[in-house]
Amino acid sequence: MTTFRELLSRTKSEIDEIDFEEGERRLNNDPQTLWVDIREADEYENGAIPGAHHIPRGFLELRIENVVPAKDTPLVLYCAGGTRSAFGAKSLRELGYTDVVSLTPGFNGWKDKGGKFTIPRILTPEQKRRYHRHLLMPEVGETGQMKLLDSSVLLLGAGGLGSPAALYLAAAGVGRIGIVDFDIVDTSNLQRQILHNEARVGELKVESAKQTLQGINPDIEVEAHAVRLSSANVMDLFADYDVIVDGCDNFPTRYLTNDASVLLDKPVVHGSIFRFEGQVSVFWPGKGPCYRCLYVQPPPPDLAPSCAEAGVLGVLPGIIGSIQALEAIKVLLGIGDPLVGKLLTFDALEMSFRTLKLRRDPECPACGDASQVELVDYDEYCIAPNMKPKDADAKGLHAQAEEALGA
Amino acid sequence: MATVRIPTPLRSLCGGEAEVDVAGATVAEVLKNLEDAHPGFAERIYDETGRLRRFVNVYVGEEDIRFGDGLDTSVDDGQVVSIVPAVAGG
Repeated sequence: MTTFRELLSRTKSEIDEIDFEEGERRLNNDPQTLWVDIREADEYENGAIPGAHHIPRGFLELRIENVVPAKDTPLVLYCAGGTRSAFGAKSLRELGYTDVVSLTPGFNGWKDKGGKFTIPRILTPEQKRRYHRHLLMPEVGETGQMKLLDSSVLLLGAGGLGSPAALYLAAAGVGRIGIVDFDIVDTSNLQRQILHNEARVGELKVESAKQTLQGINPDIEVEAHAVRLSSANVMDLFADYDVIVDGCDNFPTRYLTNDASVLLDKPVVHGSIFRFEGQVSVFWPGKGPCYRCLYVQPPPPDLAPSCAEAGVLGVLPGIIGSIQALEAIKVLLGIGDPLVGKLLTFDALEMSFRTLKLRRDPECPACGDASQVELVDYDEYCIAPNMKPKDADAKGLHAQAEEALGA
Repeated sequence: MATVRIPTPLRSLCGGEAEVDVAGATVAEVLKNLEDAHPGFAERIYDETGRLRRFVNVYVGEEDIRFGDGLDTSVDDGQVVSIVPAVAGG
């Protein structure tokens, strides 16, 4: 019969331990080393070594391969006094981890000797329940979820694309969601704009959206901007958010969005739809091409009829807007390969997705090497037909446009 | 033969087809043959100076011809030529 003391002493003889000084050296100079705090949640919450992953001893074997897939990763395990981490280190060796050490005498000694520690931010029990399925995935986890909660997204439009995008971003726990839309809910919106409902017809879309989103997730902030985006307000609005999700319904706003995002270096998750077809891309200044690299100038209005004129299958924005939410979350978390430099096209009738390559145009008027961006309100040039000014110039343009595409 | 992918706004010109098979060794030839088979494409794709309109892009495979040889970009047998206009709806 083996006693606990014998088991501990045998285990310690089979693993490698590091002392306070070596721990400090590694923490300060060795960014490759991954620290794992294997104490219980209540111990961890009172203070932990900065950057340490928290995996309680009881879950260590179960979760370590998800958190640390590469078995040659240098690992430092610690508990309160160096006992649990000794057993943990032995177990990880048996799992094939080749470079595992146990910190002695653990976090308590570390703290007593003046080692660096922080009070980790933690999710509340309610947040842990709400975001549980995210927390199970190492690509998100508690760290990623806190990143989402700390992040902000500005949605342009609470319409066909903005609806699914907003619903998923709110449900995912993006901490602050702004919505720009000056329109009111109309019955003809309800065929696809799933943020709204029958009872809200006649209300401002942003107010309806806010009500829906807070009903799904009261844990986040929703900011309603019932304004028309213009060169006068775009910079202030964009500056306050991490990512812009462009689901608007007109070219003037799309070009204004692009040019402001280039000035501010903001990633824009672009989505657009027409009948049965959709396009998605991520325009991220400094990392890839912008919208003007793709389409230098906006077409006159009749060359590109809007959904109000041409129609759109109600489910289509559900798919494209959901992909936009997905891309926004990838950008916020820094995971995967967002659609930077790629245009995803979707054809609902064929049920086919295609990816086209986009390149930065060195002569792009917005992000080109010699360009100087000036924000332009295209309203006089390119405006929805029902708002078209009645002056002669606009009529001339209209006639010109009718001769070409889509007329 | 190349396969030309027709965007929704232009499908009325070719009987609603999403793809049309056309001969041609360059993009210009393919688009010329497309126009001959289904008149109306040229004026919608080209501006009055004969250049591609600035809100329409043409891809051979995955590549934008503006970053290749433009309208002279070669098209191999069986390749897909996509016409992709800017779309604003949301």
